Amino acid sequence: MEDGVESLSSNAYPTFLSKQSRIKRPIKSTQKGRMTSDRIFKFATATVSSTILLILAAMIIELYTQSKLSINVFGLGFIWGTVWDPAITQVFGALPLIYGTLVTSALALLFGVPLSLGTAIVLSEIAPSRFRSPVSFIVELLAAIPSVIYGLWAIFTLAPFLRDYIYPILQNTLGFLPIFQGPIYGLGVLSGGIVLAIMIIPTVSAVSRDVLFAVPDSQREAAQALGATKWETTRIVLSYGRSGIIGSIILGLGRAVGETMAITMVIGNRFDIFTSLFAPGYTMAAVIANEFTEATFDLYLSALIEVGLILFIVAMGVNVLARLIVWRSLRMVRGVVFE
Amino acid sequence: MVKKMQAQEKKSNKKVVAAIGIIVLVVVVIAAYYSLGSGGQSTSTTRVEVITINGAGATFPFPLISKMSSEFSKLNPSVQINYQSIGSGGGIRQFMVKTVDFGATDAPLNDAQYSNVTGTKPLHIPFTIGGVVPTYNLPGVDTGLRFTGPILADIFLGKITKWNDPQLVGINPRIALPDKAIIVVHRSDGSGTSFVWTNYLSDVSPEWKEKVGKATSVNWPVGLGGKGNEGVAGIVTQNPYSLGYNEFAYAVINKITFGAVQNAAGAFVLPSLQSFAAAVSAASTVLPKGDESWSKISIVDAISGNISAADAYPITSFSYFLVYKELNTLPGMDVARAKALVQFLWWSIQVGQNYASPLSYVPLPASVVALDEATIQMITFNGQQVFQGPVIEG
Repeated sequence: MEDGVESLSSNAYPTFLSKQSRIKRPIKSTQKGRMTSDRIFKFATATVSSTILLILAAMIIELYTQSKLSINVFGLGFIWGTVWDPAITQVFGALPLIYGTLVTSALALLFGVPLSLGTAIVLSEIAPSRFRSPVSFIVELLAAIPSVIYGLWAIFTLAPFLRDYIYPILQNTLGFLPIFQGPIYGLGVLSGGIVLAIMIIPTVSAVSRDVLFAVPDSQREAAQALGATKWETTRIVLSYGRSGIIGSIILGLGRAVGETMAITMVIGNRFDIFTSLFAPGYTMAAVIANEFTEATFDLYLSALIEVGLILFIVAMGVNVLARLIVWRSLRMVRGVVFE
Repeated sequence: MVKKMQAQEKKSNKKVVAAIGIIVLVVVVIAAYYSLGSGGQSTSTTRVEVITINGAGATFPFPLISKMSSEFSKLNPSVQINYQSIGSGGGIRQFMVKTVDFGATDAPLNDAQYSNVTGTKPLHIPFTIGGVVPTYNLPGVDTGLRFTGPILADIFLGKITKWNDPQLVGINPRIALPDKAIIVVHRSDGSGTSFVWTNYLSDVSPEWKEKVGKATSVNWPVGLGGKGNEGVAGIVTQNPYSLGYNEFAYAVINKITFGAVQNAAGAFVLPSLQSFAAAVSAASTVLPKGDESWSKISIVDAISGNISAADAYPITSFSYFLVYKELNTLPGMDVARAKALVQFLWWSIQVGQNYASPLSYVPLPASVVALDEATIQMITFNGQQVFQGPVIEG
C-alpha cells in the first residue's frame, strides 16, 4: 500500500524518470500525512466496530450465565417442553413459544411481502413520478406508529372486524382445512400474523423500493429494446435487485420475530401448540414482556432469560439462513449479468 | 494525471484530519460541559438537602401511592417519595436485594422469601385494600349476575363451558342465559390481581388448588390472555359472551359489567367499598404481627366459615408496604432517611387513608391501623427506635 502509488507511477511512466524523481517528494509527504490520518481513521473505525461486537458478546455471555440455572435443571428438554407452570410444578418448556414465534413471523411474511413488493414495484416502475413521494411518505409513516398503538387498534378495531366479517367466510369456504377450524375469538394467531404483516410493510417496501430505484436504467432499456413487455421488464429488474429485496425481507422478518407489544395484545397469549390459526397462541417476546416483572423465584426468571437466549439464537439463525440465500442468489445474478 | 490523483488524495486526507479534529473537539466540549454541569447540579442538591425515598412494586396501588407521595411532599418539601410501579414480583425482588427503601406488593412474602432475610426481619404493613371482580359481556344482562366460587373455578378449569349451564341457571333464575360458549379471559402478565383471583379459586376448589394453584401467573387451563387490566377489559368488552376478572376500581371507572359472588355465609354480595371493608373487618381478628410471616394470610381464608361476615365480599386482599425492621441493613441508609421513611409510612396509614375512597380504594379499618402503628414502632436504626411520634399533622 505504502509504495503502491510509486510503483504504479514507475510502471506507467518508465521513460520520464527525471519527472518522477521530481514528484517523488510531494508523494512522500502526502504518504506521511495519509499514514497518520489513516491510522487515526483505522483506530476510530476499529474502536466503533469492535464496540458493537463487544456489546453482542456481552449480551450472549450475560444471557447464557443468567439462564444457566434453567439450562442445568431442564437441559435440552426446555426446547421441546410443552408445559409452562410457574405455580405448582415449576416446570418450564419453550416449544409452544418457539412454534408461535415462527408461525406468526411466517404469516407476517406471507401477507406482508407481496403487499410490500407490490408497493415498491408500483412506486419504482409504474407510478408517475409526482405520486412517488406522497405515497412513499404515507407508507413510511406506518413505521412511525408505536407498536402499542397497533396493538390497541387491533384489539378494538381489527380483531372484531376480522371476527365478524372475514373469519366466518374463511371458515365456511375453507373450513375443511384444520387450520381454519375451531371457535373464532377474533384474537388469535392469524390476527397476530396480520398485524405483524402491516407492521413490516413500511420496512420491506421502503428498502426494496430503494433497491429497485438503484437498478440501472440500462437494464430496463435493454429489456425494452429486446421487445420485453412492462411485466417482463419488471421481472428482469426484480431479479437484478434480488439480493437487496431479500435483504429488505430479512429486515422485516427481524421486526416480526422480535415484535413484542402489539403481538402480545393480539395473539391471545395461550400457551399451546395450536393447529387452527383462529386459536390463540404465544410468542417468545410476548412471554418475556408478560412475565418478567412478576418472575418471583430464580428458576422462573432464569427460564424467561433462557427464552430470551433462544429468541436471540432463532433471530440469528434466521439471519444467517437469509444471508446464505442472498449470497447464493447474488452468485446466480452475477452469472446472468456477466457471463 | 498522477499529480491530480495525488492532489485529490491530499485534499481528502486533509478533510479526514479536519473531520476527526472536529469530532474530538465536540467530544471534549460535551465532556467538559457535562462535568461542569453535573458539578453544578450536585452543589445545588446539597444546598436544598432533599431526601429521596425509593420504593418499587405493585401496579394496583400505584395511583394511591402516587397521590399520597405528592400530598406528603407538599407537607414535607424536603422529602421526595419516588415509587416505581413495576409489579409485585419486581417489588419483592428489589426489596430482597435491598435496592429500594421499601417495596409494595399485593401478595405477602412466601415462606422461602420470608426466611431468606437474614440479620433482620421484613415487616408487612397493609396500607390499602382492593377487590377483584368477575367481569363479563353478556348482551342484555346488566351488572349483578350471580356466581359462586366453585362455579367460577369450574369455568376457569374449562369444566363449565356454556352460559346456560344448569348450575349458572340455578342461581340466576330470573335471567335468560344464552346457549353460548363462555369465552374465558385471564391476565397474561404476572400480576397481583391474578394472585388474588387464583388464591380465591384455590380456596374454594380443591381441584384448582391441586392442578393450577395460586401465583402471580399460573398455567391457565383454558382461555385467552390479555395484557394488563386494560388488556382483559379490552377483550371482555369486545367479545360478547366473555368472562374475565379485573380490579374493582378498574371495572368501575371503565363501566364494565361485573358480577356478585357468594361468600362463606351463603349471601351473594356485590363488590363495593363497603363489602370489601366488611371482609377486612372480619379478617382482622386473625392477622399476625407485622414482623411475623404473612404467607398464610388471605382474607378469603379468614372469612370462610365466618358466618357473621354476611356482607363481606370474598375476593378481597391487602396491598402491603414491605420494609426492614432494622433499617441499618440497607446500604446508603442514615438516620435522616430512616426518619423520613418512617414518617411517610405513619402518615400513609393515618392521614393518607383520606385519599383512598376518592380513588376507589378501601380505607383501612381502625383495627388494621392499630396493627400497623405497632408494626411501624418496631422499626429501628442501629437498634434505636426510629419512630418519635407523629411529627406531621395533616
